Amino acid sequence: MQYFDFEMLLLVLLVICGISTCLTKNLLASLVIFMAYSLLMAIIWALLRAPDLAITEAAVGAGISSILLFITLHILRKLRKGSEDETK
Amino acid sequence: MKRNNLKEWFRAWDEDRFDFTEKAAGEMHPDLIQETPEKVTEENLIGLEHKEKAAFQKLYPILAVILITVMIAFFLRAVFDLPEFGKAGNPTDNEVVDRYLRNGMEETGAVNAVSGIILDYRAFDTLGESHVLFAALTAVMILLLYPDVSPFKATKDFGVDLIRRDVIVGTTAKVLVPVTVLFGSYLILNGHLGPGGGFSGGAIIGAGFILYSVAFGYTGIERYLNLRSFRIVCACALCFYSVSKCYSFFCGANGFHTIFSAGTPGRILSAGLILPLNAAVGIVVACTMYGLYSMFQRGKI
Repeated sequence: MQYFDFEMLLLVLLVICGISTCLTKNLLASLVIFMAYSLLMAIIWALLRAPDLAITEAAVGAGISSILLFITLHILRKLRKGSEDETK
Repeated sequence: MKRNNLKEWFRAWDEDRFDFTEKAAGEMHPDLIQETPEKVTEENLIGLEHKEKAAFQKLYPILAVILITVMIAFFLRAVFDLPEFGKAGNPTDNEVVDRYLRNGMEETGAVNAVSGIILDYRAFDTLGESHVLFAALTAVMILLLYPDVSPFKATKDFGVDLIRRDVIVGTTAKVLVPVTVLFGSYLILNGHLGPGGGFSGGAIIGAGFILYSVAFGYTGIERYLNLRSFRIVCACALCFYSVSKCYSFFCGANGFHTIFSAGTPGRILSAGLILPLNAAVGIVVACTMYGLYSMFQRGKI
């Protein structure tokens, strides 16, 4: 009960992050918001007394999947740039 | 033109957004283009009436929103049908939970009940997870290592410009990489005593490898983690997991005594098979995470 207000704040921020991940036009900004979403989720898992899940969420959700998405974005941009150079 | 309007609308929609993939796919798959009888060329696209294209582009988001609204309503309906949280007569409140929580420490020897459940009672679930990860990496390797299909052929020197000798990144990595790998190892080895376990510890070790390769390049890491050692280590870990768990389940089902005893709960060398299984899962996950990063970034391990 002592964490009630903090939890509500976290949940509201979670919903805001989830919606703005979809609505952001810039893919890079969208990825950063997605990382923030995972981090908030990790804190919520820790408050729900599931430390195993909190560690996994922080490592995989905020860390590795975001890194893979960043690299994918980088490679897609590079491919786009390369094909533009070929057409010119 | 009239024959295949919808398909061409989709193509027009795609070309506006994902020009590069279309062209890359065209280069990679000569067979694929020959299969479609009507090759979409620039003239065809110009010939597509501008009005229809605009109408389709307007219609597409509306249809998408309607579809998603229907799905959200469907799932919300399902959520409202769920039983009340924490009620005594819920279907989750059965004898399985009772048994796990009451006798778990005695039977498995693990202080951490989660580890006891996922690596002893429900070990096949974790085995399936490890295999899913390994299969995902295998699929990525099939796609990216095959020279005719790989997009890494299209542009040379992929990912080289990502690695700059940055002073800040280098210094931070020098401090952080040992701590990260040590913390991951602690989580793996301590998985039966506290929060942690093979999956999270392995993911953290993989993140440490990724940080190292971002800061110092691949030459150092390639000495001990190349494709050959990767294959051997992952296959050995998965085989060890399967064989030892088959043995343990066989003995358990037939009432034999296993050679792995539960030991004293709370000691580091206790809980029977959980510690080696954690280590196997952690090795597979760490290799897979680093392997995925390396495959994505430069097209080889």
